[in-house]
Amino acid sequence: MDEDQESVPLLQRILDNPFILLAIGVAFPAVLYLIWGIMEIVSVPLAN
Amino acid sequence: MTSLSPPKDKIWWNEPIERTELIWITIVFLWGLVMTFMMPFWHVVGDQNISSETYKTTPEKFMQQTQAFVDEYTVRKDDGPRQYPVVKPPPGGDVYLVARLWDFWPVVELKKGESYRFHLSSLDWQHGFSLQPANINIQIIPKYEHVVTFTPNKSGDYSVLCNEYCGIGHHMMIGKIIVVE
Amino acid sequence: MSEQFRICPDTGLKLYQSTETLIKANAVAAVVFLLVGGIYGLLVGLTRWPAVHLLPADWFYLALTGHGLNVLIFWLIFFEMAVLYFASSVILGSRLAVPKFAWAGFALMLIGALMNNYIVLSGEASVMMTSYAPMDAHPLFYLSLILFAVGALLGCFVFFGTLVVAKEEKTYEGSVPLVTFGAITAAIIAVFTIISGAIILIPTLLWSLGFLAEIDALMYRLIWWAFGHSSQQINVAAHIAVWYAIASIVFGAKPMSEKVSRMAFFMYILFLQLASAHHLLVDPGVSSEFKMFNTSYAMYLAVMASMVHGLTVPGSIEQAQRAKGINAGLFEWLRRAPWGNPTFSGMFLSLIGFGFLGGISGVTMGAEQINILVHNTVYVPGHFHATVVLGTTLAFMAMTYWLVPVIFRRDLIWKGLASWQPYLFGLGMAGVSLFLMGAGTLGVPRRHWDITFSMTGGEVYEFPAAANTLLALNGLSVALAVAGGAAFCLIIVGSLLFGRKLGPDEKLATPHIATPPSDADYEKLGNGITVPGTLVLALVFFAAFAVYYFINWKYLAETWGIS
Repeated sequence: MDEDQESVPLLQRILDNPFILLAIGVAFPAVLYLIWGIMEIVSVPLAN
Repeated sequence: MTSLSPPKDKIWWNEPIERTELIWITIVFLWGLVMTFMMPFWHVVGDQNISSETYKTTPEKFMQQTQAFVDEYTVRKDDGPRQYPVVKPPPGGDVYLVARLWDFWPVVELKKGESYRFHLSSLDWQHGFSLQPANINIQIIPKYEHVVTFTPNKSGDYSVLCNEYCGIGHHMMIGKIIVVE
Repeated sequence: MSEQFRICPDTGLKLYQSTETLIKANAVAAVVFLLVGGIYGLLVGLTRWPAVHLLPADWFYLALTGHGLNVLIFWLIFFEMAVLYFASSVILGSRLAVPKFAWAGFALMLIGALMNNYIVLSGEASVMMTSYAPMDAHPLFYLSLILFAVGALLGCFVFFGTLVVAKEEKTYEGSVPLVTFGAITAAIIAVFTIISGAIILIPTLLWSLGFLAEIDALMYRLIWWAFGHSSQQINVAAHIAVWYAIASIVFGAKPMSEKVSRMAFFMYILFLQLASAHHLLVDPGVSSEFKMFNTSYAMYLAVMASMVHGLTVPGSIEQAQRAKGINAGLFEWLRRAPWGNPTFSGMFLSLIGFGFLGGISGVTMGAEQINILVHNTVYVPGHFHATVVLGTTLAFMAMTYWLVPVIFRRDLIWKGLASWQPYLFGLGMAGVSLFLMGAGTLGVPRRHWDITFSMTGGEVYEFPAAANTLLALNGLSVALAVAGGAAFCLIIVGSLLFGRKLGPDEKLATPHIATPPSDADYEKLGNGITVPGTLVLALVFFAAFAVYYFINWKYLAETWGIS
């Protein structure tokens, strides 16, 4: 069984693990959309 | 074996891919690159790109600026039912347009082919700036002053409609921009 | 603690008792809220038909708020809970992890949905589904959505827990089936959706109660759309999982290749949720770089994934048909598909409608600059009635026809009407989508009670006459679609109440799940292009997409200069 696991290609192992996928699936949009967007909004300058 | 059962091969990663899929993946990947390219490309060659020049402001301050703009450049009263001031800024100049429950103020007169720096903000809730029939739609957000430069390419009367729901008077919210030769 | 289960005589699926009851409860709740939302939708459509103009303004905005929430949120998420339990417990043949949590989740969702309907109907929350701050609703409005979301999150936990149970108890070997993988994708997107919803709705609730002085309107939009748009991406992932399931159920089809389909779902996990930026393309305060990167789902990789699913689902059907010997010509496999079976016809119309109408329009108007032309016009609801109604809702309806005998052990009533229902609903909704998009290109604003401006004291804008015609045609299409939707609700509720009860070991007259072609059958297809018909359909789709995309750039070039 363990030898079996060894020979499974890395990407298949990632796709077979729902919790790695969950972490990636929350982290990606959190960084690329939410955090990036929030940083841009808070850096809007004051009108003079 | 179907999509309702586990893959037949435990290591399905190494299975060959059907040729139609390969052809299609190639096509759609390239198409994605074309579409990715189009947006920055339009920033370089196109004439329609909304600026993201934005400032934090307050309703009071924005109203003051708009009032000053109206005081300086008003040329007449509009002949429409609301008799709003018609304001004619110099070409290349700044234009302040207030969105509020439930109208746009004032009426603006522009010259075709000239550019104007529009300052858009709301005094209360969110509104939509929908310029018809030019089909230009921009979100207006309270406490944010958005500066967008417009260059009208046709003369005539244009309406500004609100296309962000803003309560029970939403459908009464309308303004006017006049473009002269 | 071994739990009760039975083996379905028609499908051989292992059905645990608590799973079955939960699927029943969620599916029934879903259909009830679909019915409520559909009635609101009819009222909205008839009010936007200028010659009818049914409701007064306050009722129109109330009905539009209720319509959006009941169908976009309650109907779809309740059904998706049923899909998650099916894709984990039933497909993997495993008991459900902590059914008590699932019931608590169901109770919270039900309380939330009922509370929401109450407060909207009371007239104190006519703020649309988006409830853009600083426009304020009654606090119960935000509370109801939070309760609903927490309930849905519990359902997602039970789903992930069930995956663990199934793996530990070795109810399956190797990787999970593709349909389950699609459901995992949907559940992951759901978790992000619900977290985003909590981040924005909890402060908004506090603000509406007076504990917070202000909600920044732009921040609200940014975070709310991580909730509002992503929740529609749950639908996409879930209905594509349903497409794969139906291809297997009706044709015994297998994925053309596991790797391609799973990688396509993986692209969704990575990038689909970035499309929340579609709503901010003409907003101040966020840069063009942010807009371009996110609106393109990172270089259109998630769009690529949708186009891949759009090929592999019909492709897997074509392969299965050809392997069974239906091999003549380009399209004989499609012509001889069971078009009278609503499970198939619903799924196939969903595929075509989602791709040709919803997909093309969505990606085109999602280009940063093209969005200027249609933002907040009725083009936008036109687009999403193609994705989420023609696409998701029709796919879920198709699946429901199949589930009734399996889960509820009732024979369908009115099979003749059922075989017509997807066409009725699909045609109506395609009309809604096309006519709204048409009116949107003429500038007709969305969420607007009166485009004749009769209340403005004479300050009017006159839309081109075609706008009125298009909105009238939309009204007729709404009526058609609502007839189709009502037929669905009647057939399903009628079957549950009055359908002939099936005995525990009784088999249906016709086989309820297809026998898959054998490996030897598949080998006869050879190694070249095995799905020429699907390839031709895909190329037609691509041509339509490219032409439409560039036509819109041409339209854009004709308007005022903007910089």
